[in-house]
Amino acid sequence: MNLPVIIKFVIDLLAVLLLALGIKGLSKVKSARDANRLAAFAMSLSVVGLLSYYLGTSGIAIQSWIWIIIGSIIGSLFGAILAKKVPMTSMPETVALFNGCGGMSSLLVALGVAIFPISNSVENLNFFKSLINEVSISVSIFVGAITFTGSIVAMAKLQGWLSTPGWTQSKVRHFVNIVFAVASLIAFFDLINGNTSSIWLLVIVSSLLGIGVTLPIGGADMPVVISLLNSYSGIAAAAAGFVVDSQLLIVAGAMVGAAGLILTQVMCKGMNRSLVSVLFGGSLSAQSTASSGSGEYTNITSCSVEECALTLEAANKVIIVPGYGLAVAQAQHTLREVTKKLEQNGIEVVYAIHPVAGRMPGHMNVLLAEADVPYEQLKEMDVVNPDFPATDVVLVLGANDVVNPQAKNDSSSPLYGMPVLDVQEARTVFVIKRGMSAGYSGIKNDLFDLPNTSMVFGDAKKVLNDLIGELKDLGVGEK
Amino acid sequence: MSFISLLWVLLLGSLLGLELIGKVPPTLHTPLMSGANAISGITMLAALTLIVKAEGNVPLLIIGSVSLGFALFNVVGGFFVTDRMLAMFSRKPSNKK
Repeated sequence: MNLPVIIKFVIDLLAVLLLALGIKGLSKVKSARDANRLAAFAMSLSVVGLLSYYLGTSGIAIQSWIWIIIGSIIGSLFGAILAKKVPMTSMPETVALFNGCGGMSSLLVALGVAIFPISNSVENLNFFKSLINEVSISVSIFVGAITFTGSIVAMAKLQGWLSTPGWTQSKVRHFVNIVFAVASLIAFFDLINGNTSSIWLLVIVSSLLGIGVTLPIGGADMPVVISLLNSYSGIAAAAAGFVVDSQLLIVAGAMVGAAGLILTQVMCKGMNRSLVSVLFGGSLSAQSTASSGSGEYTNITSCSVEECALTLEAANKVIIVPGYGLAVAQAQHTLREVTKKLEQNGIEVVYAIHPVAGRMPGHMNVLLAEADVPYEQLKEMDVVNPDFPATDVVLVLGANDVVNPQAKNDSSSPLYGMPVLDVQEARTVFVIKRGMSAGYSGIKNDLFDLPNTSMVFGDAKKVLNDLIGELKDLGVGEK
Repeated sequence: MSFISLLWVLLLGSLLGLELIGKVPPTLHTPLMSGANAISGITMLAALTLIVKAEGNVPLLIIGSVSLGFALFNVVGGFFVTDRMLAMFSRKPSNKK
């Protein structure tokens, strides 16, 4: 062992330690920001380690430096610009895009090594021709391609650029995907057998498989898919680690892969969906329209903003249930104005956050934090559910399925068993909504039919603005 | 490194990942996902290795460079976006008073 090897060894070890501490720190509110920086530092450290190792052993050619600098500058610049510009509401699709690019990177590395075999590190010259190498290249390409196309499709669907084509809801899609999967397997084994030309077949069919699997999945399930793809990109990185023989890559990739799986599980639980049904079940509304989705509303009470303001003024305790509709309308700041007024009048205000409110777990927390809502006022579902009977007014803003009592009462409903907020227990419920359209699941919401529920129709932001005006007229919040 | 020891590394890394984020408040799920996603851009090391070992092979240099670009897009963007989200959480305690 010479000096560069030892230095790289120490730096790699340190980087792994810091990455692990970073991920750990990210799971606590207090330390999260520092932990994120720590992880970023660990990543840069690992680059320094790698470069210093090659400088100390084989040296780095000028030509290589040029290409390194070109790639780094372009990639970092675009990444930084996008990260600064993107609005908080489009966080899910942004993560999807970043994730897809990570997968693409692993794919390209494996592709490069496959087409132009490189001489491997000094320690294991004969290692590279082996079967294991072929396997890791194939896995890296396969997973990398699925991650890339899957993420891009997920992003396009969340952005509304792509809708769900009709044929993807029929059984045909299973047949198509099975064909892609089988073709990938054939290419996979052909490649391992040493037939290098089948690499392009593998790239193409695994890309198509990524599209074919993601396309039929409905908007509500997209976060789960992104989380799963996030896990895949970790696996792709680990596979790339086998390709270039880097322990650091394997550890980091494996950590991300495992973390992504856990998150995916958490999200599935929150929506009462199994991973299998998310991946193969298609969009939820397609199956459910026949059963309980077709029910008509019989007892809708709609009311004006003024009535809503009057009721709020008389309340002692108000719970806000924000949903994705609030985020779409960019109304979180306006909402904050409303709740400030109520608080100034001595009314207790709490936000009830369903685990999958918004489009990702925690997405709603981020959006409300952006609007300066104090952290202490955000209550998780299990904490807030016992409070509903003692609550005067519940304001449901752009949430739908997460407040559907069907999930508790109707065992024939596809939502049955999903944890929901028991808003119907409160004295009065106001649902602010654009119209009577169904939520993501496409299922009728029994809450709207209840006698203590009133609908306030309109865009969330506009209604809240009107509400501020009405509250002002009533003298709420002015001392 | 023998293949077997690399497999050990894979196994222990996976177990570490499972343990590390066992308990996370839902608040942090989106930032955590985004942060973990940034870390998956560690493939930039593989891209770097590819470029260094290309030995003047221009197509390989280009593939490596593009790959590096994609990876750094993931890493830099991922960490910045995560920081932006987390900045909103850390701002609050001071606002309370």
